[in-house]
Amino acid sequence: MAEERRQKQCSVVLPTESMKAMAESVGVGQLQEESCTALSEEVSYRIKEITQDALKFMHHGKRRKLTTSDIDNALKLKNVEPLYGFQSQEFIPFRFASGGGRELHFYEEKEVDLSDIINTPLPRVPLDVSLKAHWLSIEGIQPSIPENPPPAPKEQQKAESTEPLKVVKPGQEEDGTIQGKGQGAPAADGKGKEKGPIRLKPRSTHELSVEQQLYYKEITEACVGSCEAKRAEALQSIATDPGLYQMLPRFSTFISEGVRVNVVQNNLALLIYLMRMVKALMDNPTLYLEKYLHELIPAVVTCIVSKQLCLRPDVDNHWALRDFAARLMAQSCKTFSTTTNNIQSRITKTFTKSWLDEKTQWTTRYGCIAGLAELGPDVIKTLILPRLAVEGARIKAVMEGQVISNIDKIGADHVQSLLLKHCASVIAKIRPPPDSVEQYRIDYGYLAPMLCSHVMKARTQAAMQAQQVNRTTLTITQPRPTLSVSQSGLSASTGPRTPSIIKVPSSLTLMSPRPGTPSQPSPPATKYIVVGTSAGAASTQQVITINSSQSASTVTSTVPSATSTLQPLVKVEPGSGPTLSGSRPMQKYIVVSLPSSNSSMENKSSVIPTPISTTLEPMGKTDRSESPGASTQSPH
Amino acid sequence: MAAVQGSMAEAVEIKDIKTEPPVDAVVNNNTNDGSVLSASPGPGGSVGSTKPATGALEEKQTLLAILQFLKKNQLSESVDILRREAGLPQDLFDLKGADASSGSGGTLGTVEGGGLDANSLLSRVTSSSAAQAPVKAPPAEDQPDVSVVLSAYSQQGDPALYEVYYSGLKKFIETVLDCHRAELSQVFYPLFVHMYLELVYNNHENVAKAFFERFSGDQECYYREDLQVLSGLTKKEHMRGNETLLDFRTSKFVLRISRDSYQLLKRHLQERQNNQIWNIIQEHLYIDIFDGMPRSKSQIDAMSGSLAGEGKREANKAKVYYGLLKEPEIELPLDDEDEEAENEEGKPKKKKPKKDSTGSKSKKQDPNAPSQTRIPLPELKDSDKLDKIMYMKEATKRIRLGRDNLPSICFYSFLNAYQGLTAVDFTDDSSLIAGGFADSSVRVWSVTPKKLRKVKSAADLNLIDKESDDVLERIMDEKTASESKLLYGHSGPVYGISFSPDRNYLLSSSEDGTVRLWSLQTFTCLVGYKGHNYPVWDTQFSPHGYYFVSGGHDRVARLWVTDHYQPLRMFAGHLADITCTRFHPNSNYVATGSSDRTIRLWDVLNGNCVRIFTGHKGPIHALSFSPNGKFLASGATDGRVLLWDIGHGLMIGELKGHTDTVYSLKFSRDGEILASGSMDNTVRLWDAMKAFDDLETDDFTATTGHVHLQDNSQELLLGCYTTKSSPVLHLHFTRRNLLLAAGGYNP
Repeated sequence: MAEERRQKQCSVVLPTESMKAMAESVGVGQLQEESCTALSEEVSYRIKEITQDALKFMHHGKRRKLTTSDIDNALKLKNVEPLYGFQSQEFIPFRFASGGGRELHFYEEKEVDLSDIINTPLPRVPLDVSLKAHWLSIEGIQPSIPENPPPAPKEQQKAESTEPLKVVKPGQEEDGTIQGKGQGAPAADGKGKEKGPIRLKPRSTHELSVEQQLYYKEITEACVGSCEAKRAEALQSIATDPGLYQMLPRFSTFISEGVRVNVVQNNLALLIYLMRMVKALMDNPTLYLEKYLHELIPAVVTCIVSKQLCLRPDVDNHWALRDFAARLMAQSCKTFSTTTNNIQSRITKTFTKSWLDEKTQWTTRYGCIAGLAELGPDVIKTLILPRLAVEGARIKAVMEGQVISNIDKIGADHVQSLLLKHCASVIAKIRPPPDSVEQYRIDYGYLAPMLCSHVMKARTQAAMQAQQVNRTTLTITQPRPTLSVSQSGLSASTGPRTPSIIKVPSSLTLMSPRPGTPSQPSPPATKYIVVGTSAGAASTQQVITINSSQSASTVTSTVPSATSTLQPLVKVEPGSGPTLSGSRPMQKYIVVSLPSSNSSMENKSSVIPTPISTTLEPMGKTDRSESPGASTQSPH
Repeated sequence: MAAVQGSMAEAVEIKDIKTEPPVDAVVNNNTNDGSVLSASPGPGGSVGSTKPATGALEEKQTLLAILQFLKKNQLSESVDILRREAGLPQDLFDLKGADASSGSGGTLGTVEGGGLDANSLLSRVTSSSAAQAPVKAPPAEDQPDVSVVLSAYSQQGDPALYEVYYSGLKKFIETVLDCHRAELSQVFYPLFVHMYLELVYNNHENVAKAFFERFSGDQECYYREDLQVLSGLTKKEHMRGNETLLDFRTSKFVLRISRDSYQLLKRHLQERQNNQIWNIIQEHLYIDIFDGMPRSKSQIDAMSGSLAGEGKREANKAKVYYGLLKEPEIELPLDDEDEEAENEEGKPKKKKPKKDSTGSKSKKQDPNAPSQTRIPLPELKDSDKLDKIMYMKEATKRIRLGRDNLPSICFYSFLNAYQGLTAVDFTDDSSLIAGGFADSSVRVWSVTPKKLRKVKSAADLNLIDKESDDVLERIMDEKTASESKLLYGHSGPVYGISFSPDRNYLLSSSEDGTVRLWSLQTFTCLVGYKGHNYPVWDTQFSPHGYYFVSGGHDRVARLWVTDHYQPLRMFAGHLADITCTRFHPNSNYVATGSSDRTIRLWDVLNGNCVRIFTGHKGPIHALSFSPNGKFLASGATDGRVLLWDIGHGLMIGELKGHTDTVYSLKFSRDGEILASGSMDNTVRLWDAMKAFDDLETDDFTATTGHVHLQDNSQELLLGCYTTKSSPVLHLHFTRRNLLLAAGGYNP
């Protein structure tokens, strides 16, 4: 009968001190202890009574939060005049104060200067109520449109990939106990074995609806197209839309294939666009990316360390791309690295190995250092600092040497500034203050003088920052600037202010690349801005056509989209480990593109995460693997 | 009779007769309401007598009370005059007086002779005549009653012994046979409450606290809210004006116990000479004894949970005409064969589901249906007939829903409502949607391309040619066309909203205590119905128009007609706020759900309460009749949906799944699917057909009323659709069975 033991609720009364404090606040000095007790009991009772009545108003107001107006209404019920002036929407900011052995919570009432109020410009008029219709379900199936919650929440995506036997269908989610139609009704608990003969892992068919196919086409074209405004919108859609889960395999393949092709073509612009897509995908909180890291990470790594990323390495700023990709890499290490996949340590190993190689080109060298440096001060301290002297010597050789190509010089220059940038702050932290150039020269060789000055600059900066802690915290809380392009797109999507009605949709609307609902706050757009591209319009055009044709073919096929070239990577079993031979076409391709460091590439194969090899069963057509492979060969 | 009332009012200043309405009966404070009802529109003709016999008896007793009072104060002349006027013989008075003073329950015996006023006397008389006379008066006015009511607690016992008594009983009940234990455990909660209140009343505050702390944990979890209220109550002064307490005292807690178990309990208490507990059981509990097998724990749990125990079995015995009214024949203009076909099988409006079972359209009356003229209904206008034709046309295009054929759901989100959306309604033809808001405003939107237009002003109307064919078009002012209209008039949050079936009017009920009638032609307020002095939580138009019902914080549901500013009927009996009100499809009955966790069904004709359904564990916020009128679905804050068979007065199903308050329920047009919408942001679809079919195969336990509910919610659940962040406040099936849902988007 005793369903649950409840805690004491009988004796909750306000402390008598509160009564005293309140009495004082209205000018009653000495209040007897008995009066206080009597008062506090009475007041507690009345407060409880009023709160219970206020709850009624909350329920009828269809809210979960009790508001001040509920209390007002409850007071009105009791024929008590409501409390005026407490119209706080969210919460009443009580302040706490103590002193003289007493503790108080009080409501801070600021003095308000009327002239200030008069002079301030009027606030924006709040948006008027409007009505918007969308399909919550179409003949029993919930369409994945921005107005609906993501069809497969991240947890479910994860459960699907890690525990494929427990998969439940989106329509019948939650505790999986809903039986009835469909095969997705296994008993949630282990004892339901008698139901259904053998529980097989459901074949994950990544079928896309017509709308999704259209959306995919639009988005991918916008992402690599020439219109920057469109691209910003498309990227934002990728970063915020909750229903992309079904398309994720396509996006992943699109990116990895795109990188593969464009590295060979040396199309810097497209590589940048693709990296921004990766960033957008990673920003989307509803996606469970772990499943597709095996495609994304190699692509990102390629953009960091590839020997050549653009047609004219002496002019184009491919360094920015390397920096950006390195940051991406660091971010994915942070979010996805676990003890089982060891992404971070494997990535670190790859970078170090190719960096240590004597023959590595300056571009790759730069990428490796950038990739390592982004991983954090610890990595810099243990891996980069010890090699500063060696690297300095190498730079010196280039700078002061006789026969140097311009490209080498630029490369060395960039490496030098990169090292200085990242190492200075770390050194500033680990070395005690007196910075003598001599001492530095012993430790760090050629770079010592510059390093020394950088460190000193870093120290003064740190000191300044320490003085202005408050200001820095303020600046942190400020919203990030957004791209003006994306903002204009947003304002268009916030809809008209007057109440308007969207009629019952007679047919399914296309998924728009705008954020879900107008009143949703817009997330800041990515800040990365593309710098100079050398790719001529003609070449871009050409590549786009390649991409779109490719995408079309992937979309229409119902086969999991891991295309053949990736097959070896996908097939890497956790057990087989990094002892993968380099004979597969994919690896061969990378080796070719970076001829100077054969060994590093072998490592790369081990870098590729092998998280969930079971979930993706590539059944791709092998014949397609030949064409990109062939095209990769051509530059050499 | 009116004369009697008049003189009565002169003789003694009775505050308001409304303070003591008899249970489950109409209060005819509107002396001419009988004629109002019979004079109401339509060809229906007059209705039978509306003064129920109980009312007359009641009045007589009131008179007796007054006489008693006068006599006590030696106002013998007045006594004589009053008696003469009322035509009461001397002997009757004496007899009745004696009867009343020796009435049941020790109420009278314990009253101190001294300073009693007429009201308290009154209350005693009525409360001794009616088993459970609830106090209808708003809390501010009922102070005089309280003293009397509470005085019942003044019996003295050693406070220290209360715990001993209670734990003694507890020990006894824990040791009885399993089959009896569950039944006897029902006694715990009411006993606990009454003992606690007695302790508090007699100023044993600390003992009471200790008692509460020791035993409150033993009570069933669904009484938690009441216990919370109770826990705050620690002083005698607090008891004055506390509604929950008054409810408890004035209404007997109804328990249903088998004869064997009852004998067991009785024997135990008598053996132990445990008079304290026995007294409480005698005075404050109503034990409904039945012969047969004791009920199981789950059976008891299914039915208990209301504020005053289960409904008495007798309460659900009255015959309910749940069948549908025959639709009037409509001569269709036979201009196209499409309509002709429909006319063949034309049995429109809510009659559809029966079509298959009865085959051709039967001229004969459904045996369970009330007679066509049981209550007068408004005559159909031409426009209504046109609408019916439209309805029939649409009905032929209706999708047949079922397990494998789920409806599509279109969700209307109210954007930028800032959590202020409180009520939503659709018109039957789904062309308009209205929203009530916390900022006192009401908005109406058109969801078709047809915009909302006002009628032209009187001066402009004079100018138009009244003979022209398109006069109805011409009276509209094109300049005012817009997609939405804003209606201002209320001075508090709008909690209930309802369109009239002909789409000409809109009702809204508000915190300010009024119900307002708005014209959708001029978009102005036509009437403000005042009567509820407290927030009106819900209102609804009758499916036939003209009538509407409202219910609110004052615990009284009122039946109104649009052309009278005073209510025709007042349905009193609920022990707490009336939270939702619904008309039966045949307009002869009204269902009300309440915070006292019961649902009552009222007969519009005579105002009697014909059904009391208990079983919910929280305030009821949604009610819906099945289209065939046989079943009722109800949803409450506990997130459960319960299904009721109206004819037999039984609970027939429980649908578990929602995790928060169910705010909306709707059957599909054919009654095959039940849709429920909740605060937990989901719309769920249930297989209503299966739920009702399963029942038929069961052996029907109508006689005992003991239900065996099988836990098959999961099988009945057909789908669950989550919105992004919008609680589902309203559901509506279009005439073609598309489900419309609405709610405010709360980011």
